[in-house]
Amino acid sequence: MPPQPPEPMRLPNRIPGRESALAAVIVVMVAALGLRWPQFATLSSLRDVLDDTAILILLALGQMLVIVTRCIDLSVAANVALSGMIVAQLEQSHPSLPILVLMIFGMLAGSVFGAVNGLLVWLVRVPSIVATLGTMAMFRGIVYLISAGRWINSDQLSPQFQQEIRDTWLGLSMLSWLAIAGVALIALLLRYTNAGRRLYLAGGNPAAAAYVGVQVGRSQFNAFVLCGMLAGLCGYLWVARFAVAYTDIASGFELQVIAACVIGGVSIRGGSGTVAGVLLGCVFLGIVRNALPLVGISPFWQMAVNGLVIVGAAMLNEQASAEQPRRILEPDAK
Amino acid sequence: MNRIHHIAMRALRWESILGAAILVVLIVNTLTSPYFLNAQTLADATFNFTEKGLVALPMALLMIAGDIDISVAAIMALCSIAMGYGALAGWPPSALVMASLAVGIGCGACNGWLVTVCRVPALVATIGTMSLFRGIAYGVLGDQALKNYPRGFEFFGQGYVAGLFSLELVLLIVAALLSATLLHQTVIGRRIYAIGANNVAARMSGIAVNGYRFWLFAATGAASGLASVLLTSRLSSTRPTLAAGWELEIITIVILGGVSVNGGRGTIPGVMLAAILLGLLTFGLGMHNIPGIVMSMIIGILLITIVAIPNLTSRLAAFRDSTIDRS
Amino acid sequence: MRIAIVAKQLGSGYSDAIRKGGEQASAELGKVQMIFTGPSTPTAEGQIEVLNTLIAQQVNAIAVAANDPDALVPTLKRAMQRGIKVISFDSAVSPEGRIVHLAPSSDALVGETCLQLAQAAAPGGKGKIAILSASATATNQNAWIAAMQSALPRHPDLQLVATVYGDDLSDKSYREALALLKRFPDLAVIVAPTSIGIVAAAKAIEDEHLTGKVFVTGLGLPSELLGHINAGSVKSFALWNPIDLGYSAVTLATHLARGAKTGPGATVPLGRIGSVTFDQAGTGPMSKPFIFDGANTAEFAKIF
Repeated sequence: MPPQPPEPMRLPNRIPGRESALAAVIVVMVAALGLRWPQFATLSSLRDVLDDTAILILLALGQMLVIVTRCIDLSVAANVALSGMIVAQLEQSHPSLPILVLMIFGMLAGSVFGAVNGLLVWLVRVPSIVATLGTMAMFRGIVYLISAGRWINSDQLSPQFQQEIRDTWLGLSMLSWLAIAGVALIALLLRYTNAGRRLYLAGGNPAAAAYVGVQVGRSQFNAFVLCGMLAGLCGYLWVARFAVAYTDIASGFELQVIAACVIGGVSIRGGSGTVAGVLLGCVFLGIVRNALPLVGISPFWQMAVNGLVIVGAAMLNEQASAEQPRRILEPDAK
Repeated sequence: MNRIHHIAMRALRWESILGAAILVVLIVNTLTSPYFLNAQTLADATFNFTEKGLVALPMALLMIAGDIDISVAAIMALCSIAMGYGALAGWPPSALVMASLAVGIGCGACNGWLVTVCRVPALVATIGTMSLFRGIAYGVLGDQALKNYPRGFEFFGQGYVAGLFSLELVLLIVAALLSATLLHQTVIGRRIYAIGANNVAARMSGIAVNGYRFWLFAATGAASGLASVLLTSRLSSTRPTLAAGWELEIITIVILGGVSVNGGRGTIPGVMLAAILLGLLTFGLGMHNIPGIVMSMIIGILLITIVAIPNLTSRLAAFRDSTIDRS
Repeated sequence: MRIAIVAKQLGSGYSDAIRKGGEQASAELGKVQMIFTGPSTPTAEGQIEVLNTLIAQQVNAIAVAANDPDALVPTLKRAMQRGIKVISFDSAVSPEGRIVHLAPSSDALVGETCLQLAQAAAPGGKGKIAILSASATATNQNAWIAAMQSALPRHPDLQLVATVYGDDLSDKSYREALALLKRFPDLAVIVAPTSIGIVAAAKAIEDEHLTGKVFVTGLGLPSELLGHINAGSVKSFALWNPIDLGYSAVTLATHLARGAKTGPGATVPLGRIGSVTFDQAGTGPMSKPFIFDGANTAEFAKIF
């Protein structure tokens, strides 16, 4: 191969390279798994993986918006449980309501809970990790109180409530389509709207953002509301998919959501992260967690493998960003 | 001068909020439960916070320096497994303690290496190592339990040094005094504050920032190892699920104690008061048989409220000042 | 007289039913106040905090469904030193930490019943079966799985191909069930001896349109499985009556607190349930698991 001419100087643009690398890893992984276990690389099997990953994708998109603004939302999974319980109770008491209404209601409920986080961060200036650590416990407590600790089971939910997200269109389930729609909408929002661009500005350099008239707190509030809205939607999806609502659904899921963002290259320091990266991060995690039981790795070691993947991805992220020219005055990155 | 005065006032106010809250909890519990005000009961209640408090102390230093460690509970599980296998091999209690401390320091150093050498943000690095350490614990031990602890080992978590003072409580008091001296009386402590307040400025002024951060992670690991000795001894058995979910409770103690998650602010007396407050509160609620999930909800509300109060009052004060200036 | 019941965790239909039974017993016994409590997460550390507050309240007796058989022992010993009568029920504590253990059924019976149900569900009474358990560290489930394995030779037509763990999380259990279906396309039955796992496995089979080809059985609550019985993915399943279990635990604890002596070899009357006899290890199995099917599930679903 002839030596490549040196690339012309341009703004550091590490992101596409990183994403294609992750995509390549995913392709290689699927191919390798497919060679050994042909039933894994079939179209229907990959469709199942997408179906299984859809909720993770939607939640990770919301979490990305929050992380881009230099915050974090530990309460997403609790929000899923609370919105899910509210939707399930509504459906139980009004079985005739159309699914679309329930879905919108779930999104509204989720947005309200997200707004609670957002207001605490924006107006009360509580650090996001503290605010959402607190609301995480509060949301779960509220689920327990409004349900009196009881489960809502499949026979108490209408068949249509459970079926809607499983209906297929062009070979994919509605659940998968919702995730695809979510990806498209968030991508458009971040690329083409002012509000979307402001999220990056607010997280990338809050001081500069304030000078050019962007209200950092307000952008953070917006991110929390959107994240909450997606969590509310996932509340409905979770209950419909697993046909059961109770206090502990999705417990601990917030860490998987954050892990998906990290693997997808979203910087916890704010200001960077792409929809494509998050999508790939989720698909990667989805394939790993669907393949582990298939490969038959001892269930006892699955958690360690997960941890190794997260640590490895985080180290690669930092290696990539180390190549960036250092700013003379680093904002106090926390 | 005025600024230092302001900061001092603020810290004072935080600790007085906590002190007042403790007083309220004590009074309410005494009035509502005939069993509460009893030396034996209060001595039992200390077990609710001694081990968590012991980890909260170095965690406070770590957070004041601007980092965080989510993996502490997973480190405790791994340390416990090291002790379990040591006990199986017939090691004496002192060797078990050494083994636990060594594993704890090793895990802490691993975190420190990721954060300082690989420059992974602490939150991300320790979320990963949390899964990794806990995962190794599961992988090694599987569905087994280790419980062949030698005679004498039970003293660490169940023994009393003098009267109603358990070894755990005495260790916590000693550790608190040491941490307070280190943070508030020595140059090391001043530097930890400086690193947390502005690590670039700290580096420019000649502080070995990464060295400090590394050793704080190692210290947090060591404290997790010590806490694991106490907890393992108190449970007299080891399972991979040991201390599951404790990381959030420990971080809650530190934040409630007035340590800023952005670094640069916080005191050891505040953290100790928060540990006592949470211990008494959960014990008091338990005396009224409040379900655990409602308890954590109350703690969540308390956390947000106590962090919000100074913010709200200072914003209110700023608003008042600005209107005075204008007039 | 105050009797405390410590559940593994609050917030499930199972613990709710146990509470119901306990309330019936305390009403029947008279002058007995039942304290029903439990930790927010199913951990031994959480139960120890709860136990410490119960010791401080100087309750007369404690009945605990242990999250860990060993870790609770030192705390329970301290309770006994202070004059509190301690028994375990549902999920055992090691002998040195309790006076007796009230087992809902014997492990061997549960294992045998699960295999019988699997054989009944499998088309033609033969085929491949897989176990979907709770977490890999769940003591009850592990004892039942061990019992199933030792009973397997008596069921030569059944072939156990895998044991997987859903950690009692709906999403993980569902995913593990899907993976089983993919790994073993000719799987006949999934046996899930856990109430979260059995629901998730049934849902997975319905979603994969394998109803009628693969069946789910195991242990679960009628109210949680009624929908799946109707859908056809579950033919029958088993469980003891959790109301009776709660009733018996409170009755037994009250007897002990009132000064009755018991131990290995003793037989204790349990009100409307009859009586229980403790074996040499101090374990008293109550009854054979009850089998629920299409005929009676709807009726029991109204109760628990």
